[in-house]
Amino acid sequence: MSDENRALQELADSDYKYGFVSDIEADTLPPGLNEETVAFISAKKEEPAWLLDWRMKAYRHWLKMEEPTWAHVGYPPIDYQGVSYYSAPKSPEDGPKSLDEVDPELLATYEKLGIPLHERAALAGIAVDAVFDSVSVATTFKDELSKKGIIFGSFSDSVKEHPDLIRKYLGSVVPQGDNFFAALNSAVFSDGSFCYIPKGVRCPMELSTYFRINAATVGQFERTLLVADEDAYVSYLEGCTAPMRDENQLHAAVVELVALDGAQIKYSTVQNWYPGNKDGVGGIYNFVTKRGKCMNRAKISWTQVETGSAITWKYPSCILQGDDSVGEFYSVAMTANHQQADTGSKMIHIGKNTKSHIISKGISSGKSEQAYRGLVKIQRGATGARNYSQCDSLLLGDQCGAHTFPYIEVKNPSSVVEHEASTSKISEDQLFYCQQRGLSQEDSVSMIVNGFCKEVLKELPMEFAVEAQALLGVSLEGAVG
Amino acid sequence: MLEIKDVHATVGGSEILNGLSLTVNPGEVHAIMGPNGSGKSTLSNVITGRDGYEVTQGSLSFEGKNLLEMPPEIRAREGIFLSFQYPVEIPGVNNTYFLKAALNAKREHHGLEALDAIDFLDLAKEKRELVELDEKLANRNVNEGFSGGEKKRNEIFQMAVLEPKLAILDEVDSGLDIDALRVIAKGINSLRSPERSMILITHYQRLLDYIQPDFIHVLSEGRIVRSGGKELALELEEKGYSWLEKEPAA
Repeated sequence: MSDENRALQELADSDYKYGFVSDIEADTLPPGLNEETVAFISAKKEEPAWLLDWRMKAYRHWLKMEEPTWAHVGYPPIDYQGVSYYSAPKSPEDGPKSLDEVDPELLATYEKLGIPLHERAALAGIAVDAVFDSVSVATTFKDELSKKGIIFGSFSDSVKEHPDLIRKYLGSVVPQGDNFFAALNSAVFSDGSFCYIPKGVRCPMELSTYFRINAATVGQFERTLLVADEDAYVSYLEGCTAPMRDENQLHAAVVELVALDGAQIKYSTVQNWYPGNKDGVGGIYNFVTKRGKCMNRAKISWTQVETGSAITWKYPSCILQGDDSVGEFYSVAMTANHQQADTGSKMIHIGKNTKSHIISKGISSGKSEQAYRGLVKIQRGATGARNYSQCDSLLLGDQCGAHTFPYIEVKNPSSVVEHEASTSKISEDQLFYCQQRGLSQEDSVSMIVNGFCKEVLKELPMEFAVEAQALLGVSLEGAVG
Repeated sequence: MLEIKDVHATVGGSEILNGLSLTVNPGEVHAIMGPNGSGKSTLSNVITGRDGYEVTQGSLSFEGKNLLEMPPEIRAREGIFLSFQYPVEIPGVNNTYFLKAALNAKREHHGLEALDAIDFLDLAKEKRELVELDEKLANRNVNEGFSGGEKKRNEIFQMAVLEPKLAILDEVDSGLDIDALRVIAKGINSLRSPERSMILITHYQRLLDYIQPDFIHVLSEGRIVRSGGKELALELEEKGYSWLEKEPAA
C-alpha cells in the first residue's frame, strides 16, 4: 500500500472522539407514533390549541406521504413506530434558574465536548441556548439581548411568551406538508430555538445553540425559527456532537429563516454527529430541512461544515422572493468510512436582480459516498437574476465516490447562471512536497484539506472557524501510517 | 555527512540507479551532471525518501544515521532539503503559514521551542531579502499562480528559512532567465557555509559559472562514470556526454 493510501486508510479508521454516554434520568415516551403521541407532546409542552391543531394537520399529512428515495443514499427501512418521540431530562421543580442549578453531569458532558458553557459565555460573548435531548436547560445573556428587544430562547418557552410571533411565522417558509421529514418534524417536534431580531437592530453577539442527542432510540426533532425584522442583522451559530451509539438514531430537524426587507441573516453550522463505526454500524441519520426566505434587499447566508452523521440528507435553501435579495451557500462536507451524504442547496429566484452564490467543497474518504445536489431556479419574473455555483470534490483513496447533480431551471432570458465543478485527488506530489519540508503525513493531509476548504472556512465567524478547523483535524486524525 | 554506497534503486520495477556511490563532506558542493534519464532526479528522490523509489541494494547514511529507516519528514527534519525542479502548488495554503509549520516541525524534532508568529515573520523578512522575494508572494498560497522563476525563488527562500545541513538543488536553473538565475545563484551562494553541503543537479554548465562546485560527477545509466573538479564541466560542455558514455565506468 502506498503511503497515501495507508494514510487514508487510517484516516478512515480514526475513532469518534466524542463518543460517550451521559447517565441522566430521562422522562421518555415509549416507542410509537400515533395521534396520542402528538397530543402527549403538545400537552407536555402546555401548548395552545392552535399549535396542537397545527401538529395534527402535519401528522395526518405525513401519514399520506412516502419516504423519498431519490437521494443517492442507501439504508435499511426506518421503523417509525420503533422510535420514541419524547425525552426530557428530569430537572428539580421548574428547572434551573442559573448554571449553578444545572445537573452537574450535564455540565460535565459539555465539558467533555469542549463546550464549557460559562467560560464560553463569559469569554466569547456568546449566548448559549443549550438543548440537551429535548428540553432547553440553560439560557445565558438573555437579559442583555432583551434590552435590545431581541428574543432568543427555547421554542417551547417562546410559544408561551410570544405566541403571536410564532403563530405568524411558524411554517411560513417550510410548510407542514413540505416533505416527508419536515412533516414528521412538524407533528412531533420537541423543542428547539426561536429568535426574533426587531426592526433595525443589529444583534450584538453571535447566537449559538448546541444540540445533543442522548437517550437511546430517541429521535431528535428540533425546530428552529429565526426572524430578522426589517434591516435587522443576526449571526447564528449551530454546532453539535453526539455520544457513541450502536443503533441508528433518527434526526429530522427543520430550520426556518425569515429575512424581512433589508435584513441579513448569517447562519453557520458545524455538524459532527456520530457517523457510525468504521464498519458502518451505528451513526445518526440526519434528514434536515433548512430554508430561508428573503424579502426585498434581504440576504441569507448559509455556511456549514459537516463531518458527522451516517447519512446526511440536507439542502439549505433560499427563496429569493424580494427584489435585490441575495442568497449564499458555503459548504464543506467530509465523509469517511461508510458515511453517505446527499447534500447541496436550492436557490429559488423570484424577485428582480436577485443574486445567489453556491460554493460546495466535498471531501470523501474510505468507502463513503457523497453527492452534491443543487437546484438553481430562475422564475419568469426574476429579471436580471444571477447565480454562480462552484462544486469541488476531493477524493482521498480509491474506494469512495463523489457525484454532482446540478439542476438548473431558467425561465427568464435576462438571467445569468454559471456552474463550475471539479473533482481531484490529493496528489502524491503535494503530499511529498509537504513531507519533504518536514511535515508529518497527517499534518500534510490536514493542511491540504484545510487549504481546499479555505473559501468556505473564511466565511465562518472567527471562533467557529477555529473550531471547524480543529474538527477537520480530528476527522483526519490517525491519517499517518 | 552523506554516504551513499553502491546503491541500486528501482522505480516501478525497473532499475534506475545501478551501483551508485557518493560521499559528501560538510561544506562541500557537488554537482551532478548527466543526460536525461541518467538517474539524476531518482538520486534526489532516493536521498529524500520519496514513496515509490525502492532501494534494493546498498546503503545511505546521513551523519552516521541510516536514511533508509527514516520516513521523508524525518530526513527533512534531520536537515535534508530538496529544492524541487517543479515545485507543486497547494491551493488555499498560505506560503508563510506553511513554512512556519515546517520550521516548527523541525524545531520540535530538535527539542527547540516553536517560533511564534512575530519571531517567525522577522526571520522570514530577513531571509526573503536574500532571494529578493516579493512580500506579496510570501503571503500568497504555496506556489499558486507563481511564475517559474518565482517558484524557484520561493524554494531558495524556504531553504534559507529551514537552514538545512544538506541541500539538494534539482535543476534549480531550469526555466530561469539570466537575471533570475543571477539572483538565485546569489541567494544560494550566500547560504554556503563550512557546515552546509550542497548537491547541484543540472544539465548545463551554465549554472556552474554562478555556483562553483568543489566536485563534479557525471551520471550515466544509474551510476557515476566520471568525477573531477570544475574543469570537467568545461570539457563536458565542449564534447557533450556521449564520449563518457562510451567509456567504461570510472
